[in-house]
Amino acid sequence: MTPLLQVRNITKHYGARLGCGDVSFDLYPGEVMGIVGESGSGKSTLLGCLAGQLAPDAGEVLFDTRAEGPRDTLTMSEPERRMLSRTDWAFVHQHARDGLRMGVSAGGNVGERLMAVGARHYGDIRAQAVDWLGRVEISADRVDDRPTAFSGGMQQRLQIARNLVTGPRLVFMDEPTGGLDVSVQARLLDLLRGLVREMGLSAIIVTHDLAVVRLLADRLMVMKDGHVVETGLTDQVLDDPQHGYTQLLVSSVLQV
Amino acid sequence: MSDYNFAYLDEQTKRMIRRAILKGLAVPGYQVPFASREMPMPYGWGTGGVQVSAAVMVPEDRFKVIDQGADDTTNAVSIRKFFERTAGVETTEETAQASVIQTRHRIPETPLNEDQILVYQVPIPEPLRFLEPRETETRKMHSLEEYGLMHVKLYEDISQHGAIATSYAYPVKVEGRYVMDPSPIPKFDNPKLSGCPAIQLFGAGREQRIYALPPYTRVASLDFEDYPFDPSKADHPCDLCGAEDSYLDEVITDDAGGRMFACSDTDYCRARREAGHAGPRATAQHEEAGA
Repeated sequence: MTPLLQVRNITKHYGARLGCGDVSFDLYPGEVMGIVGESGSGKSTLLGCLAGQLAPDAGEVLFDTRAEGPRDTLTMSEPERRMLSRTDWAFVHQHARDGLRMGVSAGGNVGERLMAVGARHYGDIRAQAVDWLGRVEISADRVDDRPTAFSGGMQQRLQIARNLVTGPRLVFMDEPTGGLDVSVQARLLDLLRGLVREMGLSAIIVTHDLAVVRLLADRLMVMKDGHVVETGLTDQVLDDPQHGYTQLLVSSVLQV
Repeated sequence: MSDYNFAYLDEQTKRMIRRAILKGLAVPGYQVPFASREMPMPYGWGTGGVQVSAAVMVPEDRFKVIDQGADDTTNAVSIRKFFERTAGVETTEETAQASVIQTRHRIPETPLNEDQILVYQVPIPEPLRFLEPRETETRKMHSLEEYGLMHVKLYEDISQHGAIATSYAYPVKVEGRYVMDPSPIPKFDNPKLSGCPAIQLFGAGREQRIYALPPYTRVASLDFEDYPFDPSKADHPCDLCGAEDSYLDEVITDDAGGRMFACSDTDYCRARREAGHAGPRATAQHEEAGA
Protein backbone atom coordinates (compact mmCIF):
# COMPACT_ATOMS: atom_id res chain seq x y z
CA MET A 1 0.00 0.00 0.00
CA THR A 2 1.30 3.46 -0.93
CA PRO A 3 1.33 5.91 1.94
CA LEU A 4 -0.96 8.89 1.31
CA LEU A 5 1.66 11.24 2.67
CA GLN A 6 5.38 10.64 3.07
CA VAL A 7 7.20 13.26 5.07
CA ARG A 8 11.00 13.27 4.84
CA ASN A 9 13.36 15.34 6.99
CA ILE A 10 11.25 18.48 7.22
CA THR A 11 13.30 21.29 8.77
CA LYS A 12 12.22 24.87 9.29
CA HIS A 13 14.23 27.64 10.95
CA TYR A 14 13.00 31.05 12.00
CA GLY A 15 16.25 32.96 11.60
CA ALA A 16 18.69 31.20 13.90
CA ARG A 17 15.92 29.60 15.93
CA LEU A 18 14.68 26.12 15.11
CA GLY A 19 10.97 25.78 14.26
CA CYS A 20 10.97 22.06 13.68
CA GLY A 21 13.89 19.80 12.88
CA ASP A 22 14.29 16.69 10.76
CA VAL A 23 10.75 15.32 11.03
CA SER A 24 9.92 12.20 9.00
CA PHE A 25 6.86 9.95 9.00
CA ASP A 26 4.42 8.11 6.73
CA LEU A 27 0.66 8.50 6.83
CA TYR A 28 -1.46 5.76 5.28
CA PRO A 29 -4.98 6.14 3.84
CA GLY A 30 -7.61 6.13 6.56
CA GLU A 31 -5.08 6.77 9.30
CA VAL A 32 -5.28 9.55 11.85
CA MET A 33 -2.02 10.90 13.19
CA GLY A 34 -1.86 13.01 16.32
CA ILE A 35 0.92 15.49 17.01
CA VAL A 36 1.17 16.61 20.62
CA GLY A 37 3.55 18.83 22.50
CA GLU A 38 3.59 21.99 24.55
CA SER A 39 3.31 25.51 23.15
CA GLY A 40 6.36 26.39 21.09
CA SER A 41 7.31 22.78 20.44
CA GLY A 42 7.03 23.28 16.68
CA LYS A 43 3.86 21.32 16.02
CA SER A 44 1.99 24.14 14.29
CA THR A 45 5.12 24.98 12.28
CA LEU A 46 5.26 21.38 11.14
CA LEU A 47 1.58 21.41 10.18
CA GLY A 48 2.06 24.64 8.25
CA CYS A 49 4.97 23.11 6.32
CA LEU A 50 2.95 20.01 5.46
CA ALA A 51 -0.11 21.97 4.35
CA GLY A 52 1.90 24.25 2.08
CA GLN A 53 1.37 27.37 4.17
CA LEU A 54 5.00 27.68 5.21
CA ALA A 55 8.05 26.93 3.10
CA PRO A 56 10.39 24.53 4.96
CA ASP A 57 14.17 25.00 4.63
CA ALA A 58 14.74 21.36 3.77
CA GLY A 59 12.86 18.12 3.27
CA GLU A 60 10.20 16.55 1.12
CA VAL A 61 6.43 16.13 1.43
CA LEU A 62 5.28 13.44 -1.00
CA PHE A 63 1.52 13.34 -1.49
CA ASP A 64 -0.13 10.49 -3.37
CA THR A 65 -2.05 12.52 -5.99
CA ARG A 66 -5.04 10.97 -7.76
CA ALA A 67 -3.64 11.51 -11.23
CA GLU A 68 0.12 11.08 -11.00
CA GLY A 69 0.90 9.14 -7.84
CA PRO A 70 3.32 10.45 -5.18
CA ARG A 71 4.57 13.96 -5.88
CA ASP A 72 6.57 16.42 -3.80
CA THR A 73 4.11 19.17 -2.92
CA LEU A 74 6.96 21.54 -2.07
CA THR A 75 8.27 21.57 -5.65
CA MET A 76 4.81 21.70 -7.22
CA SER A 77 3.80 24.91 -8.98
CA GLU A 78 1.60 27.17 -6.93
CA PRO A 79 -1.58 26.66 -9.01
CA GLU A 80 -1.23 22.90 -8.54
CA ARG A 81 -0.69 23.25 -4.81
CA ARG A 82 -3.62 25.62 -4.40
CA MET A 83 -5.77 23.24 -6.44
CA LEU A 84 -4.81 20.43 -4.06
CA SER A 85 -5.62 22.55 -1.06
CA ARG A 86 -9.17 23.11 -2.23
CA THR A 87 -9.88 19.60 -3.51
CA ASP A 88 -7.92 16.80 -1.84
CA TRP A 89 -6.83 18.70 1.24
CA ALA A 90 -8.71 20.43 3.98
CA PHE A 91 -7.48 22.65 6.78
CA VAL A 92 -9.44 23.14 9.98
CA HIS A 93 -8.18 26.14 11.91
CA GLN A 94 -8.21 26.49 15.66
CA HIS A 95 -10.21 29.70 15.40
CA ALA A 96 -13.23 29.27 13.16
CA ARG A 97 -12.85 32.94 12.21
CA ASP A 98 -9.62 32.13 10.37
CA GLY A 99 -11.28 29.43 8.33
CA LEU A 100 -14.67 31.01 7.60
CA ARG A 101 -15.85 34.06 5.73
CA MET A 102 -17.70 35.84 8.48
CA GLY A 103 -19.58 38.15 6.12
CA VAL A 104 -20.98 35.31 4.01
CA SER A 105 -23.93 33.07 4.93
CA ALA A 106 -23.38 29.50 6.14
CA GLY A 107 -24.58 28.15 2.79
CA GLY A 108 -22.17 30.42 0.93
CA ASN A 109 -19.32 29.31 3.18
CA VAL A 110 -19.97 25.65 2.43
CA GLY A 111 -20.62 26.34 -1.25
CA GLU A 112 -17.41 28.31 -1.80
CA ARG A 113 -15.22 25.26 -2.30
CA LEU A 114 -17.76 23.76 -4.69
CA MET A 115 -17.87 26.97 -6.72
CA ALA A 116 -14.07 27.15 -6.62
CA VAL A 117 -13.86 23.79 -8.40
CA GLY A 118 -16.42 24.82 -11.01
CA ALA A 119 -19.94 24.12 -9.67
CA ARG A 120 -22.28 26.58 -11.40
CA HIS A 121 -25.74 25.28 -10.53
CA TYR A 122 -27.28 27.20 -7.65
CA GLY A 123 -29.83 24.52 -6.76
CA ASP A 124 -27.21 21.77 -6.57
CA ILE A 125 -24.79 23.90 -4.55
CA ARG A 126 -27.50 24.80 -2.09
CA ALA A 127 -28.72 21.22 -1.77
CA GLN A 128 -25.19 20.06 -0.99
CA ALA A 129 -24.72 22.87 1.50
CA VAL A 130 -27.94 21.93 3.33
CA ASP A 131 -26.94 18.27 3.29
CA TRP A 132 -23.57 19.08 4.84
CA LEU A 133 -25.05 21.39 7.45
CA GLY A 134 -27.26 18.47 8.43
CA ARG A 135 -24.27 16.17 8.75
CA VAL A 136 -22.58 18.57 11.18
CA GLU A 137 -25.83 19.01 13.12
CA ILE A 138 -26.70 22.53 12.01
CA SER A 139 -30.39 22.77 11.15
CA ALA A 140 -31.33 23.60 7.57
CA ASP A 141 -33.13 26.81 8.55
CA ARG A 142 -29.80 28.37 9.54
CA VAL A 143 -28.41 28.03 6.01
CA ASP A 144 -28.83 31.74 5.24
CA ASP A 145 -27.52 33.00 8.58
CA ARG A 146 -24.04 34.39 8.86
CA PRO A 147 -21.45 32.65 11.04
CA THR A 148 -21.40 35.74 13.27
CA ALA A 149 -24.84 34.61 14.49
CA PHE A 150 -23.49 31.16 15.41
CA SER A 151 -22.07 29.92 18.71
CA GLY A 152 -18.40 28.91 18.90
CA GLY A 153 -19.19 25.22 18.58
CA MET A 154 -21.48 25.79 15.61
CA GLN A 155 -18.83 27.92 13.90
CA GLN A 156 -16.33 25.13 14.33
CA ARG A 157 -18.78 22.57 12.92
CA LEU A 158 -19.53 24.90 10.02
CA GLN A 159 -15.83 25.15 9.33
CA ILE A 160 -15.61 21.38 9.21
CA ALA A 161 -18.56 21.16 6.79
CA ARG A 162 -17.00 23.81 4.58
CA ASN A 163 -13.77 21.84 4.44
CA LEU A 164 -15.22 18.39 3.85
CA VAL A 165 -17.79 19.26 1.20
CA THR A 166 -15.44 18.55 -1.71
CA GLY A 167 -14.59 15.11 -0.32
CA PRO A 168 -10.93 15.66 0.60
CA ARG A 169 -8.64 12.73 1.37
CA LEU A 170 -6.36 14.47 3.84
CA VAL A 171 -7.46 16.82 6.60
CA PHE A 172 -5.09 19.02 8.60
CA MET A 173 -6.49 20.10 11.94
CA ASP A 174 -4.89 22.68 14.19
CA GLU A 175 -6.35 22.40 17.71
CA PRO A 176 -9.87 21.76 16.40
CA THR A 177 -11.39 21.73 19.88
CA GLY A 178 -9.37 24.59 21.36
CA GLY A 179 -11.42 27.21 23.16
CA LEU A 180 -14.61 25.15 23.32
CA ASP A 181 -16.17 24.02 26.58
CA VAL A 182 -15.98 20.31 27.37
CA SER A 183 -19.52 19.26 26.48
CA VAL A 184 -19.29 21.01 23.11
CA GLN A 185 -15.84 19.48 22.67
CA ALA A 186 -17.23 16.02 23.29
CA ARG A 187 -19.92 16.40 20.63
CA LEU A 188 -17.45 17.84 18.16
CA LEU A 189 -15.10 14.90 18.76
CA ASP A 190 -17.97 12.46 18.27
CA LEU A 191 -18.82 14.15 15.02
CA LEU A 192 -15.22 14.17 13.82
CA ARG A 193 -14.74 10.54 14.73
CA GLY A 194 -17.89 9.59 12.82
CA LEU A 195 -16.86 11.57 9.72
CA VAL A 196 -13.33 10.21 9.73
CA ARG A 197 -14.59 6.61 9.86
CA GLU A 198 -17.45 7.14 7.42
CA MET A 199 -15.42 8.96 4.75
CA GLY A 200 -12.21 7.02 5.29
CA LEU A 201 -10.33 10.28 5.83
CA SER A 202 -6.70 10.54 6.70
CA ALA A 203 -6.01 13.29 9.16
CA ILE A 204 -3.18 15.01 10.95
CA ILE A 205 -4.31 16.56 14.20
CA VAL A 206 -2.19 18.99 16.11
CA THR A 207 -3.24 19.50 19.69
CA HIS A 208 -1.99 19.86 23.23
CA ASP A 209 -5.04 18.03 24.53
CA LEU A 210 -4.19 14.37 25.17
CA ALA A 211 -7.84 13.39 25.52
CA VAL A 212 -8.48 14.52 21.95
CA VAL A 213 -5.74 12.36 20.51
CA ARG A 214 -6.72 9.39 22.65
CA LEU A 215 -10.19 9.54 21.05
CA LEU A 216 -9.25 10.39 17.48
CA ALA A 217 -5.71 9.37 16.66
CA ASP A 218 -4.38 5.96 15.69
CA ARG A 219 -0.79 7.02 16.04
CA LEU A 220 0.92 9.68 18.05
CA MET A 221 3.98 11.83 17.64
CA VAL A 222 5.30 13.76 20.64
CA MET A 223 7.30 16.92 19.92
CA LYS A 224 9.57 18.94 22.13
CA ASP A 225 11.75 21.91 21.16
CA GLY A 226 11.23 21.27 17.46
CA HIS A 227 12.13 17.59 17.52
CA VAL A 228 10.07 14.41 17.62
CA VAL A 229 10.94 12.71 20.89
CA GLU A 230 8.59 9.74 20.71
CA THR A 231 6.25 8.05 18.23
CA GLY A 232 4.01 5.02 18.44
CA LEU A 233 0.45 3.79 18.67
CA THR A 234 -1.64 6.22 20.67
CA ASP A 235 -2.58 3.85 23.48
CA GLN A 236 0.96 2.58 23.72
CA VAL A 237 2.47 6.04 24.01
CA LEU A 238 -0.10 7.29 26.48
CA ASP A 239 -0.18 4.16 28.67
CA ASP A 240 3.52 3.42 28.64
CA PRO A 241 5.44 6.58 27.84
CA GLN A 242 9.15 6.00 27.35
CA HIS A 243 10.66 9.45 26.95
CA GLY A 244 10.99 11.62 30.02
CA TYR A 245 9.09 14.49 28.45
CA THR A 246 6.20 12.22 27.42
CA GLN A 247 6.03 10.87 30.95
CA LEU A 248 5.81 14.42 32.24
CA LEU A 249 3.14 15.29 29.68
CA VAL A 250 0.99 12.26 30.51
CA SER A 251 1.32 12.72 34.25
CA SER A 252 0.45 16.42 33.97
CA VAL A 253 -3.12 15.73 32.85
CA LEU A 254 -5.53 16.78 35.57
CA GLN A 255 -7.60 13.94 36.92
CA VAL A 256 -11.14 14.84 37.85
CA MET B 1 -5.64 77.73 -28.32
CA SER B 2 -4.25 78.04 -24.83
CA ASP B 3 -0.80 77.64 -23.38
CA TYR B 4 -1.49 74.09 -22.27
CA ASN B 5 0.25 71.22 -23.98
CA PHE B 6 -2.21 69.48 -26.30
CA ALA B 7 -4.82 67.72 -24.09
CA TYR B 8 -3.25 69.05 -20.86
CA LEU B 9 -0.84 66.16 -20.13
CA ASP B 10 2.81 66.39 -21.18
CA GLU B 11 4.00 64.12 -23.96
CA GLN B 12 6.02 61.78 -21.69
CA THR B 13 3.00 61.16 -19.52
CA LYS B 14 0.87 60.42 -22.55
CA ARG B 15 3.46 57.95 -23.78
CA MET B 16 3.44 56.23 -20.40
CA ILE B 17 -0.36 55.97 -20.48
CA ARG B 18 -0.35 54.75 -24.08
CA ARG B 19 2.06 51.96 -23.11
CA ALA B 20 -0.36 50.90 -20.37
CA ILE B 21 -3.26 51.03 -22.84
CA LEU B 22 -1.40 48.89 -25.37
CA LYS B 23 -0.58 46.35 -22.72
CA GLY B 24 -4.21 46.36 -21.61
CA LEU B 25 -5.35 45.76 -25.18
CA ALA B 26 -2.87 42.91 -25.53
CA VAL B 27 -4.18 41.20 -22.38
CA PRO B 28 -7.93 41.93 -22.42
CA GLY B 29 -9.40 42.39 -18.95
CA TYR B 30 -6.03 42.53 -17.16
CA GLN B 31 -5.56 45.53 -14.89
CA VAL B 32 -2.38 47.36 -15.89
CA PRO B 33 -0.87 49.63 -13.22
CA PHE B 34 0.05 53.10 -14.42
CA ALA B 35 1.43 56.24 -12.80
CA SER B 36 -1.79 58.21 -12.47
CA ARG B 37 -1.21 61.98 -12.47
CA GLU B 38 -2.71 64.68 -10.37
CA MET B 39 -5.47 66.24 -12.51
CA PRO B 40 -7.20 69.60 -12.02
CA MET B 41 -10.31 67.86 -10.69
CA PRO B 42 -10.93 65.70 -7.65
CA TYR B 43 -10.63 61.90 -7.64
CA GLY B 44 -13.99 60.37 -8.33
CA TRP B 45 -14.77 62.92 -11.02
CA GLY B 46 -13.27 60.91 -13.83
CA THR B 47 -9.54 61.53 -13.50
CA GLY B 48 -8.78 58.05 -14.87
CA GLY B 49 -11.04 58.51 -17.86
CA VAL B 50 -9.67 62.00 -18.53
CA GLN B 51 -6.08 60.76 -18.57
CA VAL B 52 -6.96 57.92 -20.95
CA SER B 53 -8.91 60.31 -23.19
CA ALA B 54 -5.99 62.73 -23.19
CA ALA B 55 -3.58 59.96 -24.16
CA VAL B 56 -5.63 58.70 -27.11
CA MET B 57 -6.84 62.07 -28.39
CA VAL B 58 -5.56 63.63 -31.64
CA PRO B 59 -6.43 67.13 -32.91
CA GLU B 60 -8.83 65.71 -35.57
CA ASP B 61 -10.98 63.94 -32.96
CA ARG B 62 -14.54 64.85 -32.19
CA PHE B 63 -15.18 64.39 -28.48
CA LYS B 64 -18.33 63.46 -26.58
CA VAL B 65 -18.77 63.08 -22.82
CA ILE B 66 -21.71 61.45 -21.09
CA ASP B 67 -22.47 61.12 -17.41
CA GLN B 68 -25.14 58.52 -16.58
CA GLY B 69 -26.06 58.73 -20.27
CA ALA B 70 -26.64 62.50 -20.22
CA ASP B 71 -24.59 65.11 -22.10
CA ASP B 72 -25.74 68.01 -19.98
CA THR B 73 -24.86 67.08 -16.39
CA THR B 74 -22.12 68.77 -14.39
CA ASN B 75 -19.49 66.10 -14.84
CA ALA B 76 -20.06 65.79 -18.58
CA VAL B 77 -20.12 69.54 -19.18
CA SER B 78 -16.96 70.23 -17.18
CA ILE B 79 -14.93 67.46 -18.82
CA ARG B 80 -16.12 68.54 -22.28
CA LYS B 81 -15.12 72.15 -21.50
CA PHE B 82 -11.80 70.94 -20.16
CA PHE B 83 -10.84 69.35 -23.47
CA GLU B 84 -12.31 72.19 -25.53
CA ARG B 85 -9.92 74.46 -23.69
CA THR B 86 -6.80 72.30 -23.36
CA ALA B 87 -6.97 70.35 -26.65
CA GLY B 88 -9.11 72.59 -28.83
CA VAL B 89 -10.87 69.54 -30.25
CA GLU B 90 -14.37 69.67 -31.66
CA THR B 91 -17.08 68.36 -29.37
CA THR B 92 -20.45 66.88 -30.10
CA GLU B 93 -23.45 65.43 -28.34
CA GLU B 94 -24.26 63.01 -31.15
CA THR B 95 -22.96 59.52 -30.52
CA ALA B 96 -22.60 58.68 -34.21
CA GLN B 97 -20.53 61.83 -34.87
CA ALA B 98 -18.02 61.31 -32.03
CA SER B 99 -14.68 59.57 -32.45
CA VAL B 100 -13.79 59.51 -28.74
CA ILE B 101 -16.56 59.11 -26.15
CA GLN B 102 -15.81 59.38 -22.47
CA THR B 103 -18.52 57.85 -20.32
CA ARG B 104 -19.51 57.51 -16.72
CA HIS B 105 -21.88 54.63 -15.88
CA ARG B 106 -23.45 54.05 -19.32
CA ILE B 107 -22.82 52.68 -22.80
CA PRO B 108 -24.62 54.76 -25.48
CA GLU B 109 -27.76 53.19 -26.95
CA THR B 110 -26.66 53.95 -30.52
CA PRO B 111 -24.41 51.07 -31.65
CA LEU B 112 -20.73 52.06 -31.84
CA ASN B 113 -18.49 51.51 -34.85
CA GLU B 114 -14.88 50.59 -35.58
CA ASP B 115 -13.73 54.21 -35.80
CA GLN B 116 -14.73 55.00 -32.24
CA ILE B 117 -13.06 54.71 -28.83
CA LEU B 118 -15.18 54.43 -25.70
CA VAL B 119 -13.41 55.55 -22.51
CA TYR B 120 -14.92 54.50 -19.17
CA GLN B 121 -14.40 56.24 -15.84
CA VAL B 122 -13.80 53.54 -13.25
CA PRO B 123 -14.02 54.12 -9.49
CA ILE B 124 -12.93 50.63 -8.31
CA PRO B 125 -11.32 48.41 -10.94
CA GLU B 126 -10.99 45.31 -8.76
CA PRO B 127 -14.13 43.13 -8.99
CA LEU B 128 -12.97 41.04 -6.01
CA ARG B 129 -12.28 44.05 -3.76
CA PHE B 130 -15.26 43.70 -1.42
CA LEU B 131 -14.84 39.94 -1.16
CA GLU B 132 -11.10 39.87 -0.56
CA PRO B 133 -9.60 43.11 0.75
CA ARG B 134 -5.93 42.15 0.25
CA GLU B 135 -4.57 43.40 -3.08
CA THR B 136 -1.73 40.84 -2.95
CA GLU B 137 -4.30 38.08 -2.67
CA THR B 138 -6.64 39.37 -5.42
CA ARG B 139 -3.72 39.67 -7.83
CA LYS B 140 -2.81 36.08 -7.08
CA MET B 141 -6.42 35.04 -7.60
CA HIS B 142 -6.44 36.74 -11.01
CA SER B 143 -3.16 35.20 -12.05
CA LEU B 144 -4.23 31.71 -10.97
CA GLU B 145 -7.79 32.14 -12.30
CA GLU B 146 -9.33 31.43 -8.91
CA TYR B 147 -12.72 33.01 -9.36
CA GLY B 148 -14.89 30.81 -7.12
CA LEU B 149 -15.29 33.71 -4.73
CA MET B 150 -17.01 35.85 -7.36
CA HIS B 151 -19.78 33.27 -7.53
CA VAL B 152 -20.06 33.27 -3.74
CA LYS B 153 -21.20 36.88 -4.09
CA LEU B 154 -23.85 35.88 -6.63
CA TYR B 155 -24.86 32.91 -4.44
CA GLU B 156 -25.40 35.28 -1.54
CA ASP B 157 -27.57 37.49 -3.73
CA ILE B 158 -29.84 34.62 -4.65
CA SER B 159 -30.03 33.21 -1.13
CA GLN B 160 -31.01 36.59 0.28
CA HIS B 161 -33.09 38.14 -2.51
CA GLY B 162 -34.26 35.18 -4.58
CA ALA B 163 -32.46 36.51 -7.64
CA ILE B 164 -29.08 37.96 -8.53
CA ALA B 165 -29.61 41.41 -7.06
CA THR B 166 -26.41 42.95 -8.41
CA SER B 167 -27.81 45.48 -10.87
CA TYR B 168 -24.74 47.52 -11.80
CA ALA B 169 -20.98 46.84 -11.94
CA TYR B 170 -22.06 43.30 -12.76
CA PRO B 171 -18.89 41.15 -13.06
CA VAL B 172 -17.96 39.78 -16.47
CA LYS B 173 -15.45 37.26 -17.76
CA VAL B 174 -13.35 38.41 -20.70
CA GLU B 175 -12.48 35.85 -23.40
CA GLY B 176 -12.87 33.06 -20.85
CA ARG B 177 -9.95 34.35 -18.80
CA TYR B 178 -9.98 37.50 -16.65
CA VAL B 179 -12.91 38.49 -14.48
CA MET B 180 -13.43 42.22 -14.91
CA ASP B 181 -15.46 44.99 -13.34
CA PRO B 182 -17.20 46.75 -16.24
CA SER B 183 -17.31 49.99 -14.16
CA PRO B 184 -20.70 50.81 -12.62
CA ILE B 185 -22.71 50.49 -15.84
CA PRO B 186 -26.19 49.00 -15.34
CA LYS B 187 -26.26 45.29 -16.10
CA PHE B 188 -28.64 46.20 -18.93
CA ASP B 189 -25.53 47.46 -20.76
CA ASN B 190 -23.45 44.33 -20.19
CA PRO B 191 -24.45 42.60 -23.46
CA LYS B 192 -23.18 45.66 -25.36
CA LEU B 193 -19.66 45.07 -24.02
CA SER B 194 -19.38 41.83 -25.94
CA GLY B 195 -18.42 41.88 -29.61
CA CYS B 196 -18.34 45.67 -29.65
CA PRO B 197 -16.65 47.05 -32.82
CA ALA B 198 -15.23 50.04 -30.93
CA ILE B 199 -12.15 49.98 -28.69
CA GLN B 200 -13.18 50.10 -25.03
CA LEU B 201 -10.72 51.57 -22.53
CA PHE B 202 -11.16 51.71 -18.76
CA GLY B 203 -9.27 54.21 -16.60
CA ALA B 204 -9.20 54.29 -12.80
CA GLY B 205 -7.31 57.40 -11.66
CA ARG B 206 -7.27 57.02 -7.92
CA GLU B 207 -6.61 53.27 -8.10
CA GLN B 208 -4.01 53.78 -10.85
CA ARG B 209 -5.21 51.01 -13.15
CA ILE B 210 -6.00 50.85 -16.86
CA TYR B 211 -7.67 47.93 -18.58
CA ALA B 212 -9.12 47.44 -22.02
CA LEU B 213 -11.28 45.45 -24.38
CA PRO B 214 -10.09 45.30 -27.98
CA PRO B 215 -12.79 45.34 -30.70
CA TYR B 216 -14.98 42.23 -30.96
CA THR B 217 -13.89 40.79 -27.61
CA ARG B 218 -16.11 38.07 -26.16
CA VAL B 219 -17.44 39.23 -22.79
CA ALA B 220 -19.72 36.99 -20.72
CA SER B 221 -21.64 38.04 -17.62
CA LEU B 222 -21.19 35.60 -14.73
CA ASP B 223 -24.24 33.61 -13.67
CA PHE B 224 -25.56 30.24 -12.53
CA GLU B 225 -26.98 27.59 -14.84
CA ASP B 226 -30.33 27.74 -13.08
CA TYR B 227 -30.21 31.53 -12.56
CA PRO B 228 -29.06 32.88 -15.93
CA PHE B 229 -27.94 36.46 -16.40
CA ASP B 230 -30.86 38.83 -16.98
CA PRO B 231 -30.11 42.32 -18.38
CA SER B 232 -33.18 43.87 -16.84
CA LYS B 233 -34.49 47.45 -17.03
CA ALA B 234 -37.59 49.31 -15.88
CA ASP B 235 -40.61 47.63 -17.47
CA HIS B 236 -41.92 50.75 -19.17
CA PRO B 237 -41.50 52.67 -22.42
CA CYS B 238 -39.78 56.07 -22.38
CA ASP B 239 -42.38 58.73 -21.51
CA LEU B 240 -40.77 61.23 -23.88
CA CYS B 241 -39.78 59.27 -26.99
CA GLY B 242 -41.67 56.01 -26.51
CA ALA B 243 -38.55 53.81 -26.83
CA GLU B 244 -39.07 50.30 -25.49
CA ASP B 245 -35.46 49.19 -25.81
CA SER B 246 -33.46 51.84 -23.99
CA TYR B 247 -32.35 52.10 -20.38
CA LEU B 248 -34.64 54.39 -18.38
CA ASP B 249 -34.22 56.84 -15.52
CA GLU B 250 -37.10 57.13 -13.08
CA VAL B 251 -37.79 60.82 -12.46
CA ILE B 252 -39.89 62.00 -9.54
CA THR B 253 -42.04 64.87 -10.81
CA ASP B 254 -43.94 66.12 -7.76
CA ASP B 255 -44.58 65.48 -4.07
CA ALA B 256 -47.73 63.45 -4.74
CA GLY B 257 -45.99 60.32 -6.00
CA GLY B 258 -45.94 61.45 -9.63
CA ARG B 259 -43.13 59.98 -11.66
CA MET B 260 -42.04 59.45 -15.21
CA PHE B 261 -39.55 57.27 -17.03
CA ALA B 262 -37.17 58.80 -19.52
CA CYS B 263 -34.22 57.48 -21.53
CA SER B 264 -31.01 57.92 -19.59
CA ASP B 265 -29.23 58.40 -22.95
CA THR B 266 -30.29 62.00 -23.71
CA ASP B 267 -28.83 62.01 -27.22
CA TYR B 268 -30.73 58.85 -28.16
CA CYS B 269 -33.97 60.27 -26.77
CA ARG B 270 -33.54 63.63 -28.54
CA ALA B 271 -32.76 61.96 -31.87
CA ARG B 272 -35.86 59.79 -31.60
CA ARG B 273 -38.11 62.74 -30.77
CA GLU B 274 -36.67 64.71 -33.69
CA ALA B 275 -37.47 61.73 -35.91
CA GLY B 276 -41.10 62.02 -34.85
CA HIS B 277 -41.36 59.36 -32.13
CA ALA B 278 -43.37 60.38 -29.10
CA GLY B 279 -44.06 58.83 -25.72
CA PRO B 280 -47.22 59.20 -23.61
CA ARG B 281 -46.06 62.44 -21.94
CA ALA B 282 -44.14 64.04 -24.76
CA THR B 283 -46.75 66.75 -25.44
CA ALA B 284 -47.28 67.61 -21.79
CA GLN B 285 -43.53 68.02 -21.43
CA HIS B 286 -43.48 70.27 -24.47
CA GLU B 287 -46.21 72.53 -23.11
CA GLU B 288 -44.42 72.82 -19.77
CA ALA B 289 -41.30 73.88 -21.59
CA GLY B 290 -43.30 76.41 -23.61
CA ALA B 291 -45.02 77.88 -20.54
